Amino acid sequence: MGRKRDPTEVVKLGPGRKSKKQKPPTFIAPKNDISTVIFSYRLKKRLEKQEVKKNAKQKLIEKNVKQKKLVEKNVKQKKLVEKHQFESEDDSESESLDDEQEIIQLVKDKKKKPLGSEEKKRVLEKSTPVPKTNVKAQLGKRKHSESEEESELESEDSELDDEPDVESDEEVDAESDEFEQVTDDEDSDVEQVTDDEDSDEEGEDDSDEEDSDDENQAEKGYTDENKEWLKPVKKSKSGLKKVVEEAESGSESDGSDMADDFGESSDEEEDEDEMEESEDEMTLPVEKAAKKLIKKQKRDKKLAEEELKTNISHTETFVLPSGQEVEKENILLCLLPQNVAPDITLIHQRIRDVMQVLGDFKERRQEGRNRKDYIEQLHKDLCTYYSYNEFLMDKLMQLFPLEIIEFLEANEVQRPVTIRTNTLKTRRRDLAQALINRGVNLDPIGKWSKVGLVVYDSQVPIGATPEYLAGHYMLQGGSSFLPVMALAPQENERVLDMASAPGGKTTYIAALMKNTGSLFANDASQERVKAIVGNIHRMGITNTVVCNYDGRQFENILHGFDRVLLDAPCSGTGVISKDPEVKTNKDEKDIMRCAHIQKELLLSAIDCCDAKSKTGGYIVYSTCSVMVEENEWVIDYALKKRDVKIVPAGLDFGRDGFTNFGKHRFHPNMKQTKRFYPHTHNLDGFFVAKLKKFSNRIPKDENKEIKEEARIPENPVPIETKDPEEKSKEVVKKKKASQGKGKQGKFSKKNSKRTDKQKKKFRPGKFKKFKTNPSSRQRQNHKS
Amino acid sequence: MRPLTDDETKTFFEKLSKYIGENIKLLLDRPDGAYCFRLHKDRVFYVREDLMKKAGHIARKNLISLGTSFGKFTKTGLFRLHITALDFLAPYAKYKIWVKPNAEQQFLYGHHVMKSGLGRITENTTQYQGLVVYSMNDLPLGFGVAAKSTAECRHTDPMTVIAFHQADIGEYIRSEDTIL
Repeated sequence: MGRKRDPTEVVKLGPGRKSKKQKPPTFIAPKNDISTVIFSYRLKKRLEKQEVKKNAKQKLIEKNVKQKKLVEKNVKQKKLVEKHQFESEDDSESESLDDEQEIIQLVKDKKKKPLGSEEKKRVLEKSTPVPKTNVKAQLGKRKHSESEEESELESEDSELDDEPDVESDEEVDAESDEFEQVTDDEDSDVEQVTDDEDSDEEGEDDSDEEDSDDENQAEKGYTDENKEWLKPVKKSKSGLKKVVEEAESGSESDGSDMADDFGESSDEEEDEDEMEESEDEMTLPVEKAAKKLIKKQKRDKKLAEEELKTNISHTETFVLPSGQEVEKENILLCLLPQNVAPDITLIHQRIRDVMQVLGDFKERRQEGRNRKDYIEQLHKDLCTYYSYNEFLMDKLMQLFPLEIIEFLEANEVQRPVTIRTNTLKTRRRDLAQALINRGVNLDPIGKWSKVGLVVYDSQVPIGATPEYLAGHYMLQGGSSFLPVMALAPQENERVLDMASAPGGKTTYIAALMKNTGSLFANDASQERVKAIVGNIHRMGITNTVVCNYDGRQFENILHGFDRVLLDAPCSGTGVISKDPEVKTNKDEKDIMRCAHIQKELLLSAIDCCDAKSKTGGYIVYSTCSVMVEENEWVIDYALKKRDVKIVPAGLDFGRDGFTNFGKHRFHPNMKQTKRFYPHTHNLDGFFVAKLKKFSNRIPKDENKEIKEEARIPENPVPIETKDPEEKSKEVVKKKKASQGKGKQGKFSKKNSKRTDKQKKKFRPGKFKKFKTNPSSRQRQNHKS
Repeated sequence: MRPLTDDETKTFFEKLSKYIGENIKLLLDRPDGAYCFRLHKDRVFYVREDLMKKAGHIARKNLISLGTSFGKFTKTGLFRLHITALDFLAPYAKYKIWVKPNAEQQFLYGHHVMKSGLGRITENTTQYQGLVVYSMNDLPLGFGVAAKSTAECRHTDPMTVIAFHQADIGEYIRSEDTIL
């Protein structure tokens, strides 16, 4: 299905058959003189070799050229005198022109002789001169010996400088092509052979396309419903495919098409050339060649433009299936039991088509359809193709409006296995050596970590080598290094890891602390705590106390930590590749439930931290979720509730957190938080935020809100979703109250007094008290 | 969590001295801080004193582990060393045995050490002497008891057991749940 792919590979949209044949895009170098182009050492070497090879051939050609020129020289003498005034033109430019002319002549001459097949193809395929660089070098040599001729040629070139702009543009382009050709010399043979084959296919392809176009038109013409939906699916599919291919090939460079066309057009040109020749026999062959070249280039440009236009028109033919059609598809599927699964390829094509249209909506859209239609269709197709539920897809599309496909594809691929060296027991180099000896293929994880290693493949189970058992390394995702790096624990500090199972981050913290100070590893799950114990002992860590509390109550047991790490339990939307069930079993309730717990945990974590700590006072919050609700929103909440500020996480890569997302507007410092995505960093989806506590005071107005938040939600969704809206409503209410200082205002005052009384009753963290129903609490209020 | 009683201390130190002899002293008098043994839920933990005091805040029910676990007292009052103690046994061990690479894996799966897998053994090891098992590149793999003295080892056939298996680092995977 092509769903698995190498995440390191650059994703190219639409691998059509045409694009396969295309060479990687060449970037047009800035317009500079050829004389300034710097050749690499290898290139130079190669050029020299080729030069030696061809010298023999070249000499023959040169002779021919010389003879011709000598004959014509006499005739031209007069003209030359007139044209000498142009000679002040740029030397290099004229030189380059000179090259081109020369080459064309060479080509002509070579055509007469038996050519090396390779060269022939080059000439045919590239609309521009053959290994110019080679020839240039050769020319350079020749120029030394034949200074006469050079001057002559230069003068002729200057004549052609009437259209320098077109010339130079094309030239640079051609040059860059040429460079590739030269550097890939060994490969070029193979490539060209395949190219040839492709071009054969190309021909068929074209004809197919025409057919399919016809079909499309025919389909449009259908008025009978039955006809429409009884038509074989395959046909329409192929039609769509073709359209897409066309569009894609069009959207990329037209270089290949030009190259293909050139084979045919060159023949026509020759005919034309003969005509021209008869017209002005007086001009030099070199001149003629140059003129011919310019004309050809113009023609190619025109063709390319036309092609582009036709491509655009092709994309316009992509028709969004109407709702009825989609339903019919479903009916069809029901009718045909052997075809139960929806046609994946068809859906895939449609996804691409829609993405194509959305890429340039103004130009490519079908008239009468708005963006919403396309997006809805895309949403539906993505859900079926990648088997996500609608809610999650909705969220993801909001998060990644442009890179949704990349993200989803990256979720289909496993992240690389990474291990972390236990610096308490060994060094990374020693460990790598030991593992290599066991037949493990590995590499350092990257510049950002000095302890990480990526395991590519292994002959032994990497989680059961004697080194692993001896605690020399820990199997750990690359992303879980990040929160600890952000935390940056120092020696002799008091550190708390609030949700620590299975102990990957805990052991890293302990290693950074070099077994000094004290580290508290807490986890709420009785089962998972055992894993922490095992890992801690295996890694030889002695400064850790493992305990089993609900993190939300931890502040009541111990506080005054220098640093607190909270790797909160989350919905796991960043690690879908690890646990694909997340795709289907998460809905809004789950996300909100997670967010709720996270808020409570984060407040507790902040309370555990000591702002007066000499070295620390930092809290790091991380999740393996990409949802804004579980990340920025939680941080934003903490910023309002506690005296904390966001500080840079100390990670020099990753995307910045959102400062505004949808309807939410977060604190501007939110951009100092970091997000990591599977498709951009090849890590699990991750969020890291570092907070600095600047006072142990708990802001006063928080009690009321805590009460709201801490109430264990029977129906968590309305509470959370209402939140921002309610606030806005409240603001409106307040405004009203302030405007009309009537009864309402008094009433609200009374209310506020009541809440003040309540405040004294309720202390944060005593959650049991909040369990009473809101209604009963109201009753109490009335009594008081 | 409480200090060990005299009886407990006696049985515990007796057991420990089988492996590290009088080096127990070194465990208690350390230059880098005061360390102590504490009993918690029948388990003996070796922990730095200041850390122990901090852990005192945590309820008995919720405290899972502190410092390093050395082993546990059985219901019959004997002491059993766990693999987690290896970090402190290995550096002070008096008697050692090295196993060949092909026997390494055998030992890590919980088998005894055969004569065929014997690489090296400390001189004048007596029978039933506690010893620490190393791989040939000096990686501590576990500990056990000598089934034969060094002299006897020389003359036995390859399939006889040289050392009885007691604990190995493979237990971190095999019995993660019961390790503590």
